[in-house]
Amino acid sequence: MSHTLQDKRPAVADDPQGSLSHARMPRWAPLAIAAGSAVLGCLIGLVAGLDSKIQWGLLAALIFIAGTYLITAKVEGPRQAKNQVATSLVWVCFLVAVVPLLSLAWTTVSKGAGVVDGYFLSHSMSGLLDTDEGGGIYHALLGTIEQVAIATLIATPIGLLTAVYLVEYGRGRLSRAVTFFVDVMTGIPSIVAGLFILSTWIVMLDFGFSGFAGALALAILMMPVIVRSTEEMLKLVPNELREASLALGVPQWRTILKVVLPTAIGGITTGVMLAVARITGETAPVLLLVFGTKLINSNPFEGAQSSLPLYVFEQYSVGTDAAVDRAWGAALVLIAFVMLLNLVARGIARWKAPKTGR
Amino acid sequence: MKLQRKNRLRATALGALAVSGALVLSACGSDDNTKESAGGDTTAAASSIKCDDAKGQILAAGSSAQKNAMDLWVKNFQQACAGVEINYQPIGSGGGITKFTQGQVAFAGSDSALKPEEVTASEEVCKGGKGINLPMVGGPVAIGFNVPGVDSLVLDGPTLAKIFDSKIKKWDDKAIADLNPDAKLPSTAIQAFHRSDESGTTQNLNKYLKAAAPAEWKYDDSSKSWEAKGGQAASGSSGVASSVKDTEGAIGYFELSYATASNLTTVKVDTGAGAPVEATTENASKAIAAAKVKGTGSDLALELDYATKAEGAYPIILVTYEIACDKGNKAETLPSVKAFLNYTVSEEGQKVLSEAGYAPLPTEIAAKVREIVPTLS
Amino acid sequence: METEAAPNDAPPPPTLEHHGASKGPKQIGDRIFLGLSRGSGITLLVIMAAIAGFLSYRAALAISKDETNFLTTFEWNPQGDPSSFGIAVLVYGTIVSSIIAMVIAVPIAIGIALFISHFAPRRLASPIAYLVDLLAAVPSIIYGLWGAVFLVPYLDGLNKWLNEYFAWTYIFEKTNEGIARNLFTVGILLAIMILPIITNVIREVFLQSPKMHEEAALALGATRWEVIRMSVIPFGRSGIISASMLGLGRALGETMAVAVVLSPSFLLDFHILDAGGGTFAQNIAAKFNEANEFGRDALIASGLVLFIITLLVNGAARAIIARRKEYSGANA
Repeated sequence: MSHTLQDKRPAVADDPQGSLSHARMPRWAPLAIAAGSAVLGCLIGLVAGLDSKIQWGLLAALIFIAGTYLITAKVEGPRQAKNQVATSLVWVCFLVAVVPLLSLAWTTVSKGAGVVDGYFLSHSMSGLLDTDEGGGIYHALLGTIEQVAIATLIATPIGLLTAVYLVEYGRGRLSRAVTFFVDVMTGIPSIVAGLFILSTWIVMLDFGFSGFAGALALAILMMPVIVRSTEEMLKLVPNELREASLALGVPQWRTILKVVLPTAIGGITTGVMLAVARITGETAPVLLLVFGTKLINSNPFEGAQSSLPLYVFEQYSVGTDAAVDRAWGAALVLIAFVMLLNLVARGIARWKAPKTGR
Repeated sequence: MKLQRKNRLRATALGALAVSGALVLSACGSDDNTKESAGGDTTAAASSIKCDDAKGQILAAGSSAQKNAMDLWVKNFQQACAGVEINYQPIGSGGGITKFTQGQVAFAGSDSALKPEEVTASEEVCKGGKGINLPMVGGPVAIGFNVPGVDSLVLDGPTLAKIFDSKIKKWDDKAIADLNPDAKLPSTAIQAFHRSDESGTTQNLNKYLKAAAPAEWKYDDSSKSWEAKGGQAASGSSGVASSVKDTEGAIGYFELSYATASNLTTVKVDTGAGAPVEATTENASKAIAAAKVKGTGSDLALELDYATKAEGAYPIILVTYEIACDKGNKAETLPSVKAFLNYTVSEEGQKVLSEAGYAPLPTEIAAKVREIVPTLS
Repeated sequence: METEAAPNDAPPPPTLEHHGASKGPKQIGDRIFLGLSRGSGITLLVIMAAIAGFLSYRAALAISKDETNFLTTFEWNPQGDPSSFGIAVLVYGTIVSSIIAMVIAVPIAIGIALFISHFAPRRLASPIAYLVDLLAAVPSIIYGLWGAVFLVPYLDGLNKWLNEYFAWTYIFEKTNEGIARNLFTVGILLAIMILPIITNVIREVFLQSPKMHEEAALALGATRWEVIRMSVIPFGRSGIISASMLGLGRALGETMAVAVVLSPSFLLDFHILDAGGGTFAQNIAAKFNEANEFGRDALIASGLVLFIITLLVNGAARAIIARRKEYSGANA
């Protein structure tokens, strides 16, 4: 034994990284391979005359993964090579995904930033033609805020409690039925939800078009998303926590409120925010139920309102330069609005969540 | 505990910040765009608009082809009459009529006159009356194209039909070359764009093609959707216009205002008259002038002559109507609707149209509409 | 009793809990809470059932008047005479675009989630997680705008390249001239759209995977990849499927983004690079405005089919999750 150890020691000493077991690649190796393959990808792209930059990127990614595997397999052995490939695959995934998403963000910001200013934010389109320059989004912003707030207030408690019921209590036929319908509803096209509210709330019950009618449809769209994601997060709360709490004599409802929900609050917030994000961008139900207007209407319960996605859509369809600029400006504000909400929700969730050491 | 309380405090503070932010936001909004108004047109005209008893909010919906005209009218009318709010939703003629027959809107805009079954449906909403068609504005449907090196193009009905039916596939096809002896036509493929959504614009092009080239265009001329196979589709007139602008070798149809907005050259149509006719509001007016009233009583549905060979008359036209009840309009919206329609059909209302790419109604028809509007009840 | 209940059936039925504890107030609290949550469940059920009933009723009205086969007709003309409409093209288009979206988005989403939870340097991880969060919040109409303005021209090159080298696969053959406003582009746009959503949920699930398992595996000399394969992924499988279903739900029902990007037609074409095809939601958006009552009923009938498709997919997913029950934290 000692003999073999003796034998190995010099080898270890030769390896600058100081590994105990076998040779390892230097830390900069993946970076070097990445740089090499990027260059190679571009070269091949240039030489072969490929006109799409996307192909250059894909080529570079392929070379990177293959290169990593071959080099690591040679230096460190197959197990490590697999590990390296997984690592590089994950990196590639990340890069591949980030490119279009950043391009999207960049497009919106660069096209929208020139339009958004104090005037744009604080004025409506009153007295302007869609082909005119100027005007703003205040009426639409206000409408969106009110509609989304109402929808969230309706959908979140129902969605949350339903998920709690499904995970913590539900065993019988009722819970199966609820699960079934929630599943069906995740695929509901938004226009159909809008139609349902239109036929019942506006045509049958004879209420007028209003922000509230829109919010009802939005709430319907929100609920399944909230239930699905909250359910998933509640299921992940370790049973040990529940058992410990119950064993201390804490009643189940307090266990749920004080142990289960706080543990899952991060995920639940994500779910609610996803739902909010989904409905904030809805155009179709808003068009059907809120009607749209160019004037400011701060009362969500009566009269036509506007909303940001509707505004974006309208301005985009007008097609003149001024209108398309306004569409991008409104899109930027819409994103900023959703992000701000997200930020606040996330902050609250982080403070409320128990510290888990992650 | 201490830590938690601090956090809660912070959360409350943040909440308060958000709420106060929202309050500030809601306080600083303004409907007043007068300073910024770059259009600056027709403000002088505002004084002569008769408001009568118009007040409150009226909702209207329908044809997107008349959206820009409606915008202009609404703007002028609201400037003159304080306390009136008119919201016109350009969702499409069919949607407007559906909303009208369900009693959700005070009037509808439509690119085609009511069908008999729609008139029947309207009797439920119009207590004691029925829905009538009031022609209000006309306009040319322009055929825009994007062929590098060609800045003027003449086509006739049969050639257009073959192009949109994918029978003519190249720009240097003999049929096109014969009509344009001077143009340098490239051999690029023709990419014909049509609307992917249903629309009155498509319907009117259909009607023209059927009238001008019955042998080449075999599709149903009353269809609002595109029935020919092949070609490419885009959503909305703006979608078609921007696709044509971005695609080499493209051709497509849309209202004239979109061609102007996108700087697209439009096709001159060879109708058999002395010279090919350009798509302008004046030329469209000449074609509309030949229209005959086919409705009875207070209904003024028009019959257009798409196969016109009159000198300088542009044949691909559409006339859009406002649809309201002759009797039995809702009491709370009636005064506003009457005042508004009175304005739109008045000489002044018709005069502002041409600046937005529309053609005013022929005087004879406008006079008839002016007689009908005050009788609405 | 208690030993039976504790490990397998937790949380145990409330009746077991209160032996020995002071009963009065707790039971009331429990009962109220149970009532509240069950009430929400029932409310949701009633709403959903009302919608389903409403849709089925209107759909039945439409289908009974369809003069041609609802399933196999390549046409959408409910207001014509005779009334003729069918969903064949829409089923095909919806499924193909969603499959393309899922095939692209799910693996990449797993990759990004792993990247954030296990691979990225600490300092990078949380800003990236935040970025993904924000991107999940971008409304779909903006994806539509961006898709029409940027993605379509960019994918033109890729389309030509695929056509040049993979035309022999038949599906990548491009038979009509035209720009890249086809099902393939729609699939990619949908993939980009649902990617942050799927990533978000999966990441949240991966972060919950038991640290002890991972540390144990690492201590036994496993590489990071082996840890992930043996401990993280099996634990997160139900979450991955659930997240994918959320994404798929959005992909199936996406309206505006598809309507802006696709050049639809009612031709069934297996060449996915050819402009044409259509999806349920896109068709509803395109036909809805000009539709009369009956036309709307017909569109609702197509919406109902979309429901059924969603239902089948979700049912399959549920079945897979049920078989993997043992990995779920709550054993539920």
